[in-house]
Amino acid sequence: MNIKFLEVENVVKQYAGHLALDGVSLTVPENSIYGLLGPNGAGKTTLIRIINCITAPDSGEVRLNGKRMTPADVQHIGYLPEERGLYKKMKVGDQALYLAQLKGMTKSDALKALKYWFEKFEIEAWWSKKVEELSKGMAQKVQFIITVLHEPKLLIFDEPFSGFDPVNTDLIKREILALRDKGATIIFSTHNMETVEDLCENISLVDKAKIVLQGNVAEIRASHATNTYVVRSQSPILGNEKIELLSQSTKNGMMESTIRKQISGGNNLLLNEIIKQTEILSFEELLPSMNDIFIKTVKA
Amino acid sequence: MSKISLIIKREYTTRVMKKSFILLTFLTPVLFAGMIALVVWLGGIKDDKVKNIVVIDKTHLYTNVLKSNDVYTFRFIDEPVEEVKKKNSDNNQFTALLYITDDLKNNPKAATLYSEKQVNMELKSYIAGMLNKYVEEQKLAAYNIPNLKEMVDKSRTEIDLETIKWGENGKDKVGSAELALTIGMITAFIIYMFIVIYGAQVMNGVVQEKTNRIVEVMISSVKPFELMMGKIIGIAMVGLTQFLMWVILTGIIAVGASTIFSGNVDSNTLHQMGQMGMQTVPANATPSGVQTLFAALNGLNYIEIIGLFIVYFLGGYLLYASLFAAIGSAVDNETDTQQFSMPIMLPIIFGIYAGIFAAQNPDGPLAFWCSMIPFTSPIVMMVRLPFDVPAWQIILSLSILILSFIGTTWMAGKIYRTGILMYGKKVSWKELWKWLKY
Repeated sequence: MNIKFLEVENVVKQYAGHLALDGVSLTVPENSIYGLLGPNGAGKTTLIRIINCITAPDSGEVRLNGKRMTPADVQHIGYLPEERGLYKKMKVGDQALYLAQLKGMTKSDALKALKYWFEKFEIEAWWSKKVEELSKGMAQKVQFIITVLHEPKLLIFDEPFSGFDPVNTDLIKREILALRDKGATIIFSTHNMETVEDLCENISLVDKAKIVLQGNVAEIRASHATNTYVVRSQSPILGNEKIELLSQSTKNGMMESTIRKQISGGNNLLLNEIIKQTEILSFEELLPSMNDIFIKTVKA
Repeated sequence: MSKISLIIKREYTTRVMKKSFILLTFLTPVLFAGMIALVVWLGGIKDDKVKNIVVIDKTHLYTNVLKSNDVYTFRFIDEPVEEVKKKNSDNNQFTALLYITDDLKNNPKAATLYSEKQVNMELKSYIAGMLNKYVEEQKLAAYNIPNLKEMVDKSRTEIDLETIKWGENGKDKVGSAELALTIGMITAFIIYMFIVIYGAQVMNGVVQEKTNRIVEVMISSVKPFELMMGKIIGIAMVGLTQFLMWVILTGIIAVGASTIFSGNVDSNTLHQMGQMGMQTVPANATPSGVQTLFAALNGLNYIEIIGLFIVYFLGGYLLYASLFAAIGSAVDNETDTQQFSMPIMLPIIFGIYAGIFAAQNPDGPLAFWCSMIPFTSPIVMMVRLPFDVPAWQIILSLSILILSFIGTTWMAGKIYRTGILMYGKKVSWKELWKWLKY
């Protein structure tokens, strides 16, 4: 496995009047899911367009497997843009075939692959329907198939779950994980922090054209820990100089307390303090959600 | 298959398969032929309603001159004019009232035709013709020369100037200025129509790709320039298909029509039309006139005209289509296209007016310069072509046109590349200029 599958190095992009990317660098390991986060207008789409060779950076470079990206490499990328659509008057099958051929597939390969995916998603009946007859969610499914059809090594999804109901979100999530297991590298651009916690191993948070936070999701969350814990116990916990009691309530005959550790040292030290007071039923460190970290970092 | 040919194929097939395209392609020549047939047929119908004309002849000289025929009956009465007029407005008994106050030999203005509605040309010329002839005879008789009338009749000739063009091998070709004018105007108008219709299709196609949000999916697989050129070329082929179908269908209809109405019947009808419509004006379409028309039709160089039509259509279309594509890329929806398409439509519209003026003087300076300026040359040159334009002018005009469309395509490509990825932004001319320099 190549831990430097995709490298973006010091990319700068200036548009008339404003700086879209200011020295952005990131490294995506092969066979992983990478999250690209950031508020609207931070420069995510510009970065994705540069990776896709749609626009060229003013300086800096993008390398795929150690080699500088060329427009020919785009064949190995599957890109699902946030602003996506299909020709409304065209039939679903014809359109999928057309877009697959534009990605460099032969007609017979494309037909074979389409047959596989249409059967998998049980949508064979849509083949000769016009796109305008499909609902938004249905069209999104077709677009997902078109994106992954040519078995790209690198997949870039920009808000892939918008427009899907929970059942289909789950279906697409499972397919994305399956693609990763088969060897694809995946970049997610999203505002949906739950997805990030669920799926991404590493992230970059882009704000105002710069990367403000980068790294492994678990490590980031641990480093943003606020020494807060949720403890379920048989009797109430009393706050003291070592334990700060933030809240306490009774739930199903148990006491549920949120506490903050006021002593330095490991969790066992804190446990020792609580054991003195009551019988512990459960103990859990409360890690900040990616959502909190996102808001905190962007606002800072 | 290369990517651009895939795009061309899609643009072409989706349009050609449309019902509206098929309908328009097949119906236009039929409708056109139908319209001509209708005019011929309507011209052949006689108005069988008898029209009454009341004559008040103070001189009593013309009682035998004004002869009734199938259409007009003349009734002579001796009543005051005002009274007759008043009576008729109550019960509409006659179409017109002819009032003759004096001997027309001495006072040609002494006859007046009154009517409630405007009288038609036919009636006016019928009456004037009879009176003219009578007065003329009277005047000739006054000279007292025997056989004068026969001499005058014999000396009367009708000159129908035939125009002959020299062919290259010295062989004569029958030409016709009217025909050249007609062919020139028709081809110029078709070019104008094609540029406007298919240019607008390019523009709307681009806008639709943008509003459908398919464009970003597309350009992750193809270059923006390939996408733009694929669309432009695909639609050009749609236009050419339509034109060739029209040529073929018109040919079939023409052959069909000429076998149904063999030459004889045809000229007879035309002859009748001539007599019905314009009795005092020398009939244009006498049997010999029809023959000249056909000879002149044969004298035109169709291969050259059709060949150059295709070249000028493509040149003019490519020049404008890329500009239309650039505009389509810059706006967010079809209603916004108007403010930007206006400056592009102006030279096209100017071209068709310049063409109309050029037709009156095909070798004049306006015609020459407008057939060199690439924005008007496809239209104006088509008007001039049947009047035999020197080869160097055609070559020069085509070279300018080709260089210009390469230039506009290059410019449009730059605007298009930036424009298709811009959403939700009101674009100004200044902005477009900036995109050009990216």
